[in-house]
Amino acid sequence: MDLQILWITLIVILFTGFFVLEGFDYGVGILLPFLGKSDSERRMIINSIGPFWDGNEVWLIAAGGAIFAAFPDWYATMFSGFYLEMFLILLALILRGAAIEFRSMREQTHWRALWDGLFFVGSALPGFLWGVIVANMIHGVPIDAHMNYVGTLLTPFNPFALLCGLAVVMLFALHGAIFLSLRIEGPLMARSERAARRIWLPALVVFLLFVTMGFFNTAVIHHMLLDAKVMPLGYAMLAALIAIPLLLRRHHSGWAFIMTTITIVLASLSLGVSAFPNIMISSLNPAWTLTVRNASSSPYTLTVMSWLALTIVPIVLLYQGWNYWVFKQRIQPHKIGHY
Amino acid sequence: MDALTLSRLQFGSTIIYHFLFVPLTMGLALIIAIMETAYVRTGNETYKRMAQFWGKLFLINFALGVVTGIVQEFQFGMNWSTYSRFIGDVFGAPLAVEALLAFFLESTFLGVWIFGWDRLSKKVHLLAIWLVVLASNLSAFWIIIANAFMQQPVGYAIHNGRAEMTNFFALLTNPTLWEQFPHVFFGAIATGAFFVVGISAYHFIKKSADHDFFQRSMRIGLIVALIGGIAVSITGHLSGQHVVQQQPMKMAAAEALWDSESPASFSLFTIGDPKDMKDVVAIKVPYVLSFLSYNNFTGEVKGIKELQAQYVKEYGPGNYVPPVVVTYWSFRLMLGVGAMMALLSSAGLFLMWKKRLEQMKWFLAMLVAAIALPYVGNTAGWVLAEIGRQPWLVNGLLKTADGVSPSVNPGVILFSLISFILVYGVLAVIDGLLMLRVARQGVAAIETHEEVKAEELVAAY
Ligand code: HDD
Ligand code: HEM
Ligand code: HEM
Repeated sequence: MDLQILWITLIVILFTGFFVLEGFDYGVGILLPFLGKSDSERRMIINSIGPFWDGNEVWLIAAGGAIFAAFPDWYATMFSGFYLEMFLILLALILRGAAIEFRSMREQTHWRALWDGLFFVGSALPGFLWGVIVANMIHGVPIDAHMNYVGTLLTPFNPFALLCGLAVVMLFALHGAIFLSLRIEGPLMARSERAARRIWLPALVVFLLFVTMGFFNTAVIHHMLLDAKVMPLGYAMLAALIAIPLLLRRHHSGWAFIMTTITIVLASLSLGVSAFPNIMISSLNPAWTLTVRNASSSPYTLTVMSWLALTIVPIVLLYQGWNYWVFKQRIQPHKIGHY
Repeated sequence: MDALTLSRLQFGSTIIYHFLFVPLTMGLALIIAIMETAYVRTGNETYKRMAQFWGKLFLINFALGVVTGIVQEFQFGMNWSTYSRFIGDVFGAPLAVEALLAFFLESTFLGVWIFGWDRLSKKVHLLAIWLVVLASNLSAFWIIIANAFMQQPVGYAIHNGRAEMTNFFALLTNPTLWEQFPHVFFGAIATGAFFVVGISAYHFIKKSADHDFFQRSMRIGLIVALIGGIAVSITGHLSGQHVVQQQPMKMAAAEALWDSESPASFSLFTIGDPKDMKDVVAIKVPYVLSFLSYNNFTGEVKGIKELQAQYVKEYGPGNYVPPVVVTYWSFRLMLGVGAMMALLSSAGLFLMWKKRLEQMKWFLAMLVAAIALPYVGNTAGWVLAEIGRQPWLVNGLLKTADGVSPSVNPGVILFSLISFILVYGVLAVIDGLLMLRVARQGVAAIETHEEVKAEELVAAY
């Protein structure tokens, strides 16, 4: 197989892993203020992701590292082009990480309320901003002949991108609510299930609005709905999203979780396949678009990286899977956990 | 200010901040693993509580290590996009491997360790902390591969206007890597050890109830501190010898050696005039620099003026002299710290062996203050290594001024710089206060935690 294709595939997989895993982490954070009625409930909610959140965050770091190694021009253009967005993501992640670790160190209510607030903001922002970034990448941004971004700070915040950001946040909240209902025991579990059912409809509406808008103004989404090669992925994604309330009503939370997971996986797969071979579309001149061909590392580097990644990643999957298996037990009210 | 200055300030300050947390993570993880090993082998519950108490401090530190690391991962692209395009073919690989090989391992097994105390068998739990130790060192190793390439580019060729990797193995055997990594490793070990020693000394002064607990901690801490203190000096000496060969300008600046000398003297104290390139006041010890550089008393060490002339010939007109004052004093600071660490740890061990340590209040107070020493040494070391490399970003290949992102508005960088400084400042204070609180509480810190839970439940239901 062609190494550039192998690497774009690997990066899509890493990003998908990040969206699936951090998706429920962020979702849990977004729901914290709405579901956690008492301090111990809020602690249960945070502990539901306790052993996992840092390992999940590494999916993002690995995706970033892989982009740098395999497509240095993509790395350079994306991170400098979306400077403000990236900076805000960093700020959110800093506050979120500190909040998780620090909130239970002291008992004062205002101390905990402060960190809970930051945890919420730190969980809502990254999903939103990644939504904005992805929407811009598929829609096109002003990129010049030297692959440098030449737009303004506000260019990325157009209605299409804002809608995408919102859709991602809603989807993560849904994903997180279902995750919580699987991880927790007691009254909180029922409340999480109810929350999931309530979030579903608005999430679907925002999502469909985004797709409709994209259909009329970006080729990538147009393909997703009409191009025979990507269509099956696109429609399967919609089917998975629509199946969720039926499963929730029968209390098949496990299946519902699989459906939100499939939705996220197919969303990123179909966007990737549909955009291929483009990575960042230039709105100024199609010839200046970054593609897997013109933005990649040398064949030698890609070969070395392939050997390394194909050896290491399966091992990572094994022990991360083991981690989830060890802590599969639900969080019980009388055994809250570390945080 | 322009984008270049702002980007440099931002990179320098955020990486120094990141490296306040990194060495403690590396060093303390090792010490905790030693403690837990003792617990598993002897069954003595004190060792278990030791691992938990120091583990609690470890986690407060680790949180900020993680969140500040992500900033570094993004920043190459955000502020240094030209650099990233130029060097990504070589430089991205170690960064990616670091995440895949080290960060996944570290974060996953730390989670297992934190939550696994009563879920896993003793041996599996012990394995988890050793994997964290391994992972934090792997992460240091891979990032230093990247840094070593910037100091001494190897295994590459210039193709298509950028540096492309031609030999991965050469990156792994880069001589600079093998002088930097051991030096950083022992510096980190010393950081963890002096941390444990200092806090234990505090509890000796306070005559805390858990005497046995802190005595055992002190013993482990002092032994590791002595090993770290001596090894960091030896590896530093080797580093110096390599730098004289590989980056002579860095060493000349670190010595404020304006003219070549043979044999060269070592400067104990110099106030120089960087503009006219001459000393105003200088106290020098003859022969010592030659010895430090070559292990003999005759070798010639090149001076700044000669090197500057040589580089102009090689690379064209320009100023190739790094900021001499900063490099000179950071080098002195680091050497001073090394000497103090070796002295304090050996004296401490001697006193402990003579059973007089606990009576010597003033010495214990010094040990508390000595927690700061390795931090000063680590920071000074990186300042020397990075600022001493200027004006180069990648030695001999790319100047710092040519690496910056062309398209980022300086106003946004100023905004992000100020935000980082504010947020980092506040978090540093909070982190410090939390550590201080836990450190003061001593063993109580891990016991109250459980009781609080029980109380809360009564309140909740
Ligand atoms: C000598 C060691 C060393 C050095 C020079 C650096 N780091 Fe670091 N880094 C570590 C040693 C380390 C560590 C010991 O592995 C950390 C520190 C505390 C921690 O949580 O892990 C870490 C954490 C850490 C993380 C978070 C990992 C996680 O989520 O678990 C990232 C993304 C980075 N670092 C990235 C960088 C980058 C891009 C650097 C260069 C500019 C850098 N670090 C310098
Ligand atoms: C963790 C320890 C490190 C510390 C404390 C450190 C410190 C510094 C400092 C103080 C500067 C500013 C130099 C100047 O502006 O004159 C700098 C520059 C730089 N360092 Fe490091 N460094 C560290 C590790 C690394 C590593 C591991 C890398 C690469 C992987 C790296 C890459 C860079 C780059 C790209 C610059 C250029 C930006 C600039 O000049 O400010 N550094 N570093
Ligand atoms: C006592 C004798 C010491 C000597 C002779 C020494 C020498 C050196 C030299 C020459 C460098 C520059 C290496 C380069 O640019 O590639 C360096 C860097 C460094 N030193 Fe030291 N050092 C000593 C002690 C210490 C101590 C006590 C610490 C901290 C506890 C420390 C921490 C560092 C660090 C973190 C770096 C940057 C990483 C590196 O470049 O290796 N050093 N040292």
